[in-house]
Amino acid sequence: MDGMEAETVKARQAAMRICANAPRGELEALVSDLVSDETVSDLRPTEKGLVMLRGRIGGEGAPFNVGEASVSRAAVSLSDGTAGFAYHLGRDGQKARAAAILDALWQRPTTRSQVEKGLAPIAERLAAKAKREAEHTAATRVEFFTMTRGDN
Amino acid sequence: MYVAVKGGEKAIDNAHRLLASKRRGDTSLPAISTAQIAEQLALGVDRVMAEGSLYDRSLASLAIRQSRGDLIEAIFLVRAFRTTLPRFGASEPVDTGRMQIRRRVSATFKDLPGGQILGPTFDYTHRLLDFALEAAGDETAEPAIGTASDEATPRVVDLVGEEGLIEREPAPDPDAPVGDITRTPLEFPTERDQRLQVLARGDEGFLLGLAYSTQRGFGRTHPFVGEIRFGAVEVEFVPEELGFAVPMGTVELTECQMVNQFHGGQKAGGESVPPQFTRGYGLVFGQSERKAMSMALVDRSLRAAEFAEQQSAPAQDQEFVLSHCDNVQATGFVEHLKLPHYVDFQAELGLLRTLRQEYEAAPAPAEEAMREAAE
Repeated sequence: MDGMEAETVKARQAAMRICANAPRGELEALVSDLVSDETVSDLRPTEKGLVMLRGRIGGEGAPFNVGEASVSRAAVSLSDGTAGFAYHLGRDGQKARAAAILDALWQRPTTRSQVEKGLAPIAERLAAKAKREAEHTAATRVEFFTMTRGDN
Repeated sequence: MYVAVKGGEKAIDNAHRLLASKRRGDTSLPAISTAQIAEQLALGVDRVMAEGSLYDRSLASLAIRQSRGDLIEAIFLVRAFRTTLPRFGASEPVDTGRMQIRRRVSATFKDLPGGQILGPTFDYTHRLLDFALEAAGDETAEPAIGTASDEATPRVVDLVGEEGLIEREPAPDPDAPVGDITRTPLEFPTERDQRLQVLARGDEGFLLGLAYSTQRGFGRTHPFVGEIRFGAVEVEFVPEELGFAVPMGTVELTECQMVNQFHGGQKAGGESVPPQFTRGYGLVFGQSERKAMSMALVDRSLRAAEFAEQQSAPAQDQEFVLSHCDNVQATGFVEHLKLPHYVDFQAELGLLRTLRQEYEAAPAPAEEAMREAAE
């Protein structure tokens, strides 16, 4: 990724984030919309494995290993040689492969806007779901009062 | 000593068929699906992920179904499965300060930026059985809707850290290796990163008991709950072929910051420490504050040597705690006792027969004492 500007990386990460959190069906639907005349080959067979999840001592200090998580990864190449990658929590290799194809299409200047356009409604749905969850949580915000002093 | 036996294949096959049938139970009732387990027995699933040391909700649900709800058996299944997969690497350390909060309480600070949020909790329930759940169907009311704010929810220890009254973690050395007990067996004394890894997958019941023992005076640590938070954090991984952090999705974690009184003094390394609150830390997969709190209490008590505190209690003994808190190891060694030990037992029996003959041939101790007195 030498020379890739920080902003491009950030935008690519944002697309990857949507794919990681999206349901498989939505990614596959988008892929079949976008790659009807495209030959996709695997750079590496899609596979399942583990990533060790790390936290920090006290939340802020040195890293430590909390435990592993199952991860699926895919690496694909489009007919023009553009490579795409995906690493997703979970064991859904097909979903990771669909995301890798979208990652490759995202990098190709001629198809990036189509990918962005296709991911936008998925991102909206994810955001709405997160907002609803945050609203449910917010309703349980509590104010405790100290009773003995009679003040707050 | 265990000596192998052979035979019994037919009976073993039949026992496993019977087990499968018992697992299914009454076939006039619908079978439970792993998706139902994941959704409706979520805290059991969380425990299997935490102690199985593998974050994968659907796998943990399958393990619970296969083990008929025996969670330690399910944890064993998950641990065995993880050995079949290659490891791609380690994630970037998760940032719990940026957690999407689902619950967050502090017993020490009433007014926190971001607020105290009860979330889905058993606290303040009356612990009365709800017989409505026994009836078919389980219609629940929609959760109440509040106004979500974008207010940051900084960690409590960051809020009061400025006065220096609460211990801070030293800035990490990015080149320092991270201990991994799944790759390198423990040697005592241990480092704190290794201990936290062991505790994170340690048995909830064992750690709860040890934590309780510290409260009852066996290695008192004067704890307060600085903060407990539960919610989702994003996991990032930097693959070699990309060289930047890839967001892989989110995991749910429970974090506990325990704050403990410390009168000050010299640390084991000679460093002088003013009177301040020290800290114990807990971080666990899923929603389990009982486990996260126990972990934080035990983490602090295992720092006794570091703070040159008197070490007299089980919860302060690294080898005792860390060698015995893994329920897969523990159940393996305890339960192996039920496997055939015929040869071993025959040897012991032979030895006992010899000792018994010698015992019966010798005069009784009382007779011998009288004889000695008479002489």
